[in-house]
Amino acid sequence: MLDNILTIRGLKITAKIDGIDSDIVHGIDLDLKRGEILGLIGESGAGKSSIGLAAMGFTRNGCKISAGEIDFDGLDLARATEKQKQNLRGVRIAYVAQSAAASFNPAHRLIDQYAEAPLSHGLSNALESKQEAIELYRKLQLPTPEEIGFRYPHQLSGGQLQRAMTAMAMSCKPDLIIFDEPTTALDVTTQIEVLSAIRDIVREYKTAALYITHDLAVVAQMADRIQVLKDGRAVEMSETSKMLAAPQEDYTKTLWAVRNFQRREKAFDPKDIILSLNNIDASYERHGPKILNDVSIRVVRGQTLAVVGESGSGKSTTARVLCGLLEASKGELVFNGDVLPLNYRKRDKSTLKNLQLIYQMADTALNPRQTLLQILGRPLEFYLGLKGEEKNARVAQLLEQVELEPKRFLNRYPGELSGGQKQRVSIARALAAEPELIICDEITSALDQAVNESILNLLNRLQEDLNLTYIFITHDLATVRAIADEVVVMWQGKVLEQSTTEALFSPPYHEYTERLLSSVPQMDPQWLDELLLQRAKAEAI
Amino acid sequence: MQKFLSSWWGIPLSAQFGLLVITVYLLLVALAPWLAPFGETEILANAYEPWSSTYWLGTDSLGRDMLSRIIYGARNTVGIALIATLLAFLIGGLLGLLAATVGGVLDQLLSRMVDVIMAIPSLIFALLMLTIVGTSATSLVLVIALLDSTKVFRLARSVAQSIVVMDFVEAARLRGEGRWYLMRHEILPNVSAPLIAEFGLRFCFVFLFISTLSFLGLGTQPPAADWGSMVRDNATLISFGDITPLLPALAIALLTVAINFVVDWKLHAASGLKD
Amino acid sequence: MDSVLWSVGGWTHDRNNVYELFMGSIAMKAILIMVLQRLSLGFLTLFVVSVIIFSAVELLPGDLAQEILGQSATPETVAAFRAELGLDKPAVQRYGQWLFNVASGDFGHSLANGRAISELLASRVGNTLFLAAYAAIIAVPLSLILGILTALYRNSWFDRSVNVLTLSSISFPEFFIAYILILAFAVKIPLFPSLANIYPDTPLGDMLYRAALPVMTLVMVVVAHMMRMTRAAIINVLASPYVEMARLKGLSPFRVIVKHALPNALAPIINVIALNLAYLVVGVVVVEVVFVYPGLGQLLVDSVSKRDVTVVQAVSLIFAATFILLNLVADVLAIVTNPRLLNPR
Repeated sequence: MLDNILTIRGLKITAKIDGIDSDIVHGIDLDLKRGEILGLIGESGAGKSSIGLAAMGFTRNGCKISAGEIDFDGLDLARATEKQKQNLRGVRIAYVAQSAAASFNPAHRLIDQYAEAPLSHGLSNALESKQEAIELYRKLQLPTPEEIGFRYPHQLSGGQLQRAMTAMAMSCKPDLIIFDEPTTALDVTTQIEVLSAIRDIVREYKTAALYITHDLAVVAQMADRIQVLKDGRAVEMSETSKMLAAPQEDYTKTLWAVRNFQRREKAFDPKDIILSLNNIDASYERHGPKILNDVSIRVVRGQTLAVVGESGSGKSTTARVLCGLLEASKGELVFNGDVLPLNYRKRDKSTLKNLQLIYQMADTALNPRQTLLQILGRPLEFYLGLKGEEKNARVAQLLEQVELEPKRFLNRYPGELSGGQKQRVSIARALAAEPELIICDEITSALDQAVNESILNLLNRLQEDLNLTYIFITHDLATVRAIADEVVVMWQGKVLEQSTTEALFSPPYHEYTERLLSSVPQMDPQWLDELLLQRAKAEAI
Repeated sequence: MQKFLSSWWGIPLSAQFGLLVITVYLLLVALAPWLAPFGETEILANAYEPWSSTYWLGTDSLGRDMLSRIIYGARNTVGIALIATLLAFLIGGLLGLLAATVGGVLDQLLSRMVDVIMAIPSLIFALLMLTIVGTSATSLVLVIALLDSTKVFRLARSVAQSIVVMDFVEAARLRGEGRWYLMRHEILPNVSAPLIAEFGLRFCFVFLFISTLSFLGLGTQPPAADWGSMVRDNATLISFGDITPLLPALAIALLTVAINFVVDWKLHAASGLKD
Repeated sequence: MDSVLWSVGGWTHDRNNVYELFMGSIAMKAILIMVLQRLSLGFLTLFVVSVIIFSAVELLPGDLAQEILGQSATPETVAAFRAELGLDKPAVQRYGQWLFNVASGDFGHSLANGRAISELLASRVGNTLFLAAYAAIIAVPLSLILGILTALYRNSWFDRSVNVLTLSSISFPEFFIAYILILAFAVKIPLFPSLANIYPDTPLGDMLYRAALPVMTLVMVVVAHMMRMTRAAIINVLASPYVEMARLKGLSPFRVIVKHALPNALAPIINVIALNLAYLVVGVVVVEVVFVYPGLGQLLVDSVSKRDVTVVQAVSLIFAATFILLNLVADVLAIVTNPRLLNPR
């Protein structure tokens, strides 16, 4: 207890939801020693961000700390005055937010925002703090550290901003930093740089940290100890290596058990091409920069083809071109042997029916003012001419297919469903058209791990039952490995390679593919160190 | 009834007051001939009679009963404003939805037209148009409906645009649905809530606008009773410290305050802001 | 400030300046283009509006010459008069002539009494501008301060009571507020005159005194609108993650507002001010009628009831032009103060 920098006992946080006070954090205890990094891990709604902010004595609008103690080096932040908290914040406890782009003030230069805390707390003068800023920018491996601070936030990339924000948090050499999902919004290859930068700096200054994330492999690299949270309650806590080796609670095990289902062996004829993209070019404006550059992909009937890439790779654009939402400027699409019109408006009803799209955000993909019966009934009526009882019976059947009980769900609105249930309805809507090919655009990336897996299982089963072909757009290599038969790797609008999943995940690798594969965090706590060592060696050669 | 009562007490006091006032006004509009002690245009006594047991609020500049004219005035003032607002919503809402759904040249054309009309202050535009078409109840309704439809158009268009880009609309387009289905089944149900809230505010605006024009002598024409012109006709009394001429103005203010309270409550509830 | 600081650390100073100059020139060019675009759009609008106002006369049922001369005039005199007015020429030519005349200060003649309109306008333009400016000088700072205070102390009793007060003030017809003020401060407590008699030779002190009640009316209405919009704009910015970040850096509430919220709320606030100033110019119409203030608004209302189209035309054009120009200024200022535009990638 004595060498604790932060001690939380019985912390309760209450939020006003629909006018009623309800607890979102139910009595949490935490201990954090000086210089220690504690990982807080949990899925959405676990209350991890609220706890992180509460560690600074801060709550968001509508929330309040209703019980418990937050002892920061002898001061109870749950009862401290605003003035006392103000004197601590930025100086002894600092915060790194998830979205650096939104959390930097667009009106001021980075270096002025860096210097603000030391100046206003009277710790440093303008010149000194700016010199320090440059020093930190250099340590965090930002390009042109002498100049980068004089830019405005919107002039930097996401990964750079996140490092600049870490520098800002270090500006007063705090005892404790709260990292709130600092790499969640970044691509994997960028994430590596930020992770290693954060870890080095925190080690160098021996700063204690609360590292909040939903990604187990990330927290394994960063934390000394891990606290697992679920629905605002503590699940279990132990040393990182112990936690990874032998998780005790069932819930923790479900977080660990990634993709434990086996892809079934499928029988298909590799010559039976259902869809091919031939030399497709596309751009969003006429004569604008090419988003897709000479993209050719072939899809075998009955297979799952994954299209994988980072942001800006053109993978989602490929989906839009396929659907005809974005008209390709060059090239052709061949579906079942027929050349397709490039604009969906010119396609006939049977083509539209046979090519269905499922969206990433089920929230915006379902009309909030229609019941599930209306949402699923419309394609039945539109494509298949079903009416009345016949239609209702088929809707019920579809709901059963996606494992939703018809009686309970028929007359509900999307707003009354959970994220996973909404995505199931989206799948049912695509099935209603009785398509041959379904394009899934990042459909699991907004969902929690466990839900994610059940959706993948469902898709797998449906493919078996209905002989569907999937095109699966994703940035997540674990998902690819779990469900894909073939993989297309895209980078900056080009197809780098198309190969079977087995071939992709075993050497020899394509250069970019290797970088991408090696950047995916692994559960092994040594992974980051080893990877950085390897890369340093490779560069030395 | 019990359900009604329990939900009634859940409403903030200001909104309760607002709902009550609106109900009373609607009753006045519906039941004016039965509630008013005298006729709307009957000349009964000398001008400017003081308050008495016969003429509760005295008489006006022509010797007509003030109270009766205030009661009848509800019909003319509120009625005309209501018709004009409905018309504005019909024109502006429909065109706004159409512009957002169809986009392209039609959207550009309509939007630029609206820009030009809105570049001229409404009062000035209204006065200009009333000079041309002359002052009558019909021209008043038409002119104001046209002017106000531009504002409804902008709102309807921008709300509908935020819906049109949603994935579920795209999904319906991809299904091959026609324009009419998209507007009727996908977009309209999602824009109706903000449009209804806006209706309250637009009505207030139109109502104040008409009252102002009437006050300037350019609205409802005599001898019909109208709150705005009643203030103007009897304004002389104010300099003698008599508040009677302010009563019609108070009637106007009360209704707009009431509607604003209700809309404020509705917007607050809809925005999910709880504190 | 930066250059002073950095002249000490000379090594970064030069680089910084070069970077600055380089980025600066690109930014200025982009902004210049945007401003020019906005300006040309503004003048295009002005042109279209002038066409609409000109067409007002064309749309008038019946013949203008006949209207002026009355029904008793012989066809010959009407024809002669038409020629004199230039009504026998095509509309486009007459529009050009009208615009040219207006630009040189000649608004034509009143239909009602045949006097030169520019003569009618002469003193009134000044009077109306005086009234609007007088109200603006009080209303703008007052509503900004109130807006910031209510945003800072939102949901306090202070905020709530200001909210109810301004909501009511927005809901009242202007003439109602005006008469209440007359009743209170001219009749019950005779502090100010109820009629704002102003003549060209009235000294400034007297003018300020006589216009007190009309200005109070305008201020009440405008402050209500402006303050509510300012409050909303600031609260909108206060909800952003960078303000949360500023608070988590332990900055004082005052500094959070002034340094982090205000610079980003500037564009919406400028818009609010412009919108309300434009409104003020129009709002004077009613107030002038109530207080018998010899301004443009009163002239406009009189002319509308007399259907004196040429005067209505002239006054409408002045009002519309002021309105458009104020909005134009606001848009340009919003472009110029946007940090993202000032410092492009």
